[in-house]
Amino acid sequence: MDATIENIAVSQRANLEVFSGTLQQLAQTDRDIIVVTSDSRGSGKLVPFGQKFPEQIIEVGIAEQNLVGVSAGLASAGKKVFAVSPACFLTARALEQIKNDVAYSNNPVKLIGISAGVSYGALGSTHHSLHDFAVLRTINNLIVVAPADNFETEQAILLAAETDIPVYIRFGKKQMPLLSEDEKTFEFGKGRIVRQGSDLTIIGTGEAVAPALLAAEKLGLEHNISATVVSMHTIKPLDYDLLRKIAATGRPIVTVEEHSVYGGLGEACASFLIQNNFCNRFKIIGIPDEYTVTGSQTEIFNHYGISEEGIAAAALGLGK
Amino acid sequence: MSEKELALKSVEYRKKILKYIYQAKAGHTGGSLSCIDILNVLYNYTMHVDASHFDSPDRDRYIQSKGHTVEALYVVLASRGFFPESDLETLCKYQSHYIGHPTRKVHGVEQNTGALGHGLSLSVGAAIAAKLDKRDYRVFTVLGDGELPEGSNWEAALSASHYKLDNLCAILDKNTLQITGPTSAVCNTDPVDDKFEAFGWAVRHVDGHDIGELMAAFDALPFEKDKPSLIIAHTVKGKGVSYMENQLKWHHGVPDKQQYAAAIQELDLLEETFS
Repeated sequence: MDATIENIAVSQRANLEVFSGTLQQLAQTDRDIIVVTSDSRGSGKLVPFGQKFPEQIIEVGIAEQNLVGVSAGLASAGKKVFAVSPACFLTARALEQIKNDVAYSNNPVKLIGISAGVSYGALGSTHHSLHDFAVLRTINNLIVVAPADNFETEQAILLAAETDIPVYIRFGKKQMPLLSEDEKTFEFGKGRIVRQGSDLTIIGTGEAVAPALLAAEKLGLEHNISATVVSMHTIKPLDYDLLRKIAATGRPIVTVEEHSVYGGLGEACASFLIQNNFCNRFKIIGIPDEYTVTGSQTEIFNHYGISEEGIAAAALGLGK
Repeated sequence: MSEKELALKSVEYRKKILKYIYQAKAGHTGGSLSCIDILNVLYNYTMHVDASHFDSPDRDRYIQSKGHTVEALYVVLASRGFFPESDLETLCKYQSHYIGHPTRKVHGVEQNTGALGHGLSLSVGAAIAAKLDKRDYRVFTVLGDGELPEGSNWEAALSASHYKLDNLCAILDKNTLQITGPTSAVCNTDPVDDKFEAFGWAVRHVDGHDIGELMAAFDALPFEKDKPSLIIAHTVKGKGVSYMENQLKWHHGVPDKQQYAAAIQELDLLEETFS
């Protein structure tokens, strides 16, 4: 049987579930942990949290601007606030509150964008967040994170709880495989090498890292190409040291993300490379500037090549 | 401070607002003059906050939702010792922290505001935190009547009553003019008292330039247990300078040399009536 995300993910959980579990773990010993929701406790898997810690969950109803403003006010009074809402609404409707009330005022809210990217699949573009990296990258004083697997998600939540500057963390609701048993360090702003190779590098982020890993396996088995795979979980600040090392090999680079090809991981990497005189062969895989095709998350991934086949083909297209 | 001392202080503040706006050649003159009596009473009579204990978790909070009238806030904070008044000589100058909207770079400023419709949500968050922590501090925010059409205000108004935030007091600086014209013509929000009451708030009207009325209103907080309070302060844009009062052009008009001199002369005469 071919390796697929589904069959290597059997024993793993959705990052969303890991988030919820980690928050409960934190709240048991820290009464300052506060969750703020906009009718999103169900979609955020936070019903058990609300039952266990009823005084530590604030519901504002479907009102994302108020969600973020209230969260900023709570954070200003010393609370460790996780503002939880679908990424599509959180980062578009409440963008001004993120910019001013959270980032500019330096209220260290942890903005949690759930069901990010095209997780909502066939619900359509209203529910997709393919803009969040691009817009949030331009906002000063905000860390932007897309954890790939359960390990990264847990670490990102634990770290965010104790970080005194604002953080945006986005993830989906699909079961995710553990990407590496070996690499167990996690730090914002430091990419995680989940597979070592010698011919080219695939840099992914969030749920696009799993298909990148599958593509690397395929390239090895079918084409004798050895690919490094990096989980670039932090979009901002980007790990320039790691990028420099990758680029210095002179080998091709493919980036892959569940985001518009405009303004996300790929363009951030390209900007760094070109301004530092690196001329590696380079390809950005993401969602193109068009009406997004309809379908499930997996179907949308496959359509745009955010898949084992698509990423492998893109890598082959760059040459060894 | 007594009512009379506060009234005298307001005249002093008006002169300083005009001075620094005149020097900087920028500022929101009319609105700063309309809300200055409210800020005066808040900072010199009502709120428990001072410069040397600004990091106290128990301090009362003031968040200025109508951030553009920051000159009023600056002169009050300076007089309360948050920073030397001479800092205001740099108002709106290159690399100055004293810019045209409040920022936390300035000692005494709670939140960075300026985009309208943000102060109430921030205040709701701070007020919920007080309830969670069983602290007695109160949260005050001054809203402009021109910013009320921002939908976020009404989202926040719902949360404030939902969470029974009787430690929250919003003061509406109802000067009835905004940059385009009368607020009633731009987007009518009246009857604003009925609207807030329908949203679960306890509402009172005051003359926003009557120090005694303001003191009494703040003394009566919360107006009702378990309800957030709204003080609708009926004010005059440009209050205290006859040629500016109720004149739209003074929304962010800056006086020239002669106009500045005339305004100061008028306020000096008013000041003399106190002695």
